Amino acid sequence: MDATVSTGTEDSVWGGGNKPLGASYGKMMMWFFIMSDALTFSGFLVAYGFSRFKFIELWPIADEVFTHVPFFHGNYPMYYVAFMTFILIMSSVTMVLAVDAGHKMKQKSVILYMFLTIIGGAIFVGSQAWEWATFIKGDYGAVETNSGRILQFVNAETGERAALADFSKTLPEDRVKHVESKGIWFAGEGYQTSYSLNEVVEGFKATPNILIRTEQLNEEGEKTLLDRKESLSKILEANQVVEGANLIHNEYGHRLFADFFFFITGFHGFHVFSGVVINIIIFFNVILGTYQRRGHYEMVEKVGLYWHFVDLVWVFVFTFFYLV
Amino acid sequence: MAHDHKLEIFRGLLKFKSNTQKIWGVLIFLSIVTTVEVALGIIKPRFLTHSYFLGMKLLNWIFIILTLVKAYYIAWDFMHLRDEKTALRRVIVWTPIFLVCYLIFILLFEADYIYTVYGDEFITWDF
Repeated sequence: MDATVSTGTEDSVWGGGNKPLGASYGKMMMWFFIMSDALTFSGFLVAYGFSRFKFIELWPIADEVFTHVPFFHGNYPMYYVAFMTFILIMSSVTMVLAVDAGHKMKQKSVILYMFLTIIGGAIFVGSQAWEWATFIKGDYGAVETNSGRILQFVNAETGERAALADFSKTLPEDRVKHVESKGIWFAGEGYQTSYSLNEVVEGFKATPNILIRTEQLNEEGEKTLLDRKESLSKILEANQVVEGANLIHNEYGHRLFADFFFFITGFHGFHVFSGVVINIIIFFNVILGTYQRRGHYEMVEKVGLYWHFVDLVWVFVFTFFYLV
Repeated sequence: MAHDHKLEIFRGLLKFKSNTQKIWGVLIFLSIVTTVEVALGIIKPRFLTHSYFLGMKLLNWIFIILTLVKAYYIAWDFMHLRDEKTALRRVIVWTPIFLVCYLIFILLFEADYIYTVYGDEFITWDF
């Protein structure tokens, strides 16, 4: 890096070889990329803010959506996301340690720290996949009204959410899943819900201690709970049962929430995944001694910049998706 | 350049002996900030969710400020911006900040306008 090559152009500003910002070409390009990528993510997050401000009174409460922890039953809002955040920060730390060891030309330490970084990244991607699976599968189930609003159910005695299975009737009806091959080819069903709308509505009418919760946020910042009389008239507006979330229907509330969840965390997860792949490539190069022979570990530093950037983006996604 | 690290954080309040030590120090700091965020998110103290500053809940202001604090330490210490030349650092930091602030300003104002249109116009959106 500090080698002095005499080309006879040292006095000329335009002769090349100048590093006015003290950073090598590769590092500069990594920063270029990071800045453009940061603006892409900002675009997504601000678009999320746009949709949220547009439907500010209807937006789902993240604490009530992400309540699961693997291998545990019960209501644990945010714990798992906090764990994921910690994993990512931790793998960021091992990455800096790898860069630091690289400066000292300690090949063995670089190998160890790169390995730990890759493991951290893999745990994070795995956790995100699990989050997606849980989100798609759904929790309690809900019904959707003609205007696309979501109605959820609450047990009046305990004040807790009621699952469709808690009160739906099983009626002697035979509803077959509509597949494209047996009917109009463009009108297949993605999935069939475990209860039909009729079963949910009849069960709701027959169970007096179930109330409806609308999407509307009240002044306390909680979802509005209707009384039994209002609930009975509200259920007539329902036109389909929703279980879980996809790009069109979302049992947790506004469908845009699910769309942005898939889009933003998906794009971030893809960044983490590519980060892991790039880390693995660099990891093998370190093992092979490429950088030891080259005399410097700047490549580790560059991939490190990308890895920290992924962490940086997650800090913002965490705040704007799960906290605020 | 990259070999001499600035080892002070908190404006010189905390000075570390080596770069490795500084990294662990920053990790501890970031973990504390995350823990505070999560704890506040779970407890949601009433005096923070019911007081507003510039139209936003105080709790959300705290979250956003703490996020920026975390972002600062990730960029400055993990991404070594602290050790880069001032010009490079300013180019990297202020360009996106300017553009993002502008984006936030136009989009959120527009969204708020649409929200009032939904609320005040003669068409019902919940039928």
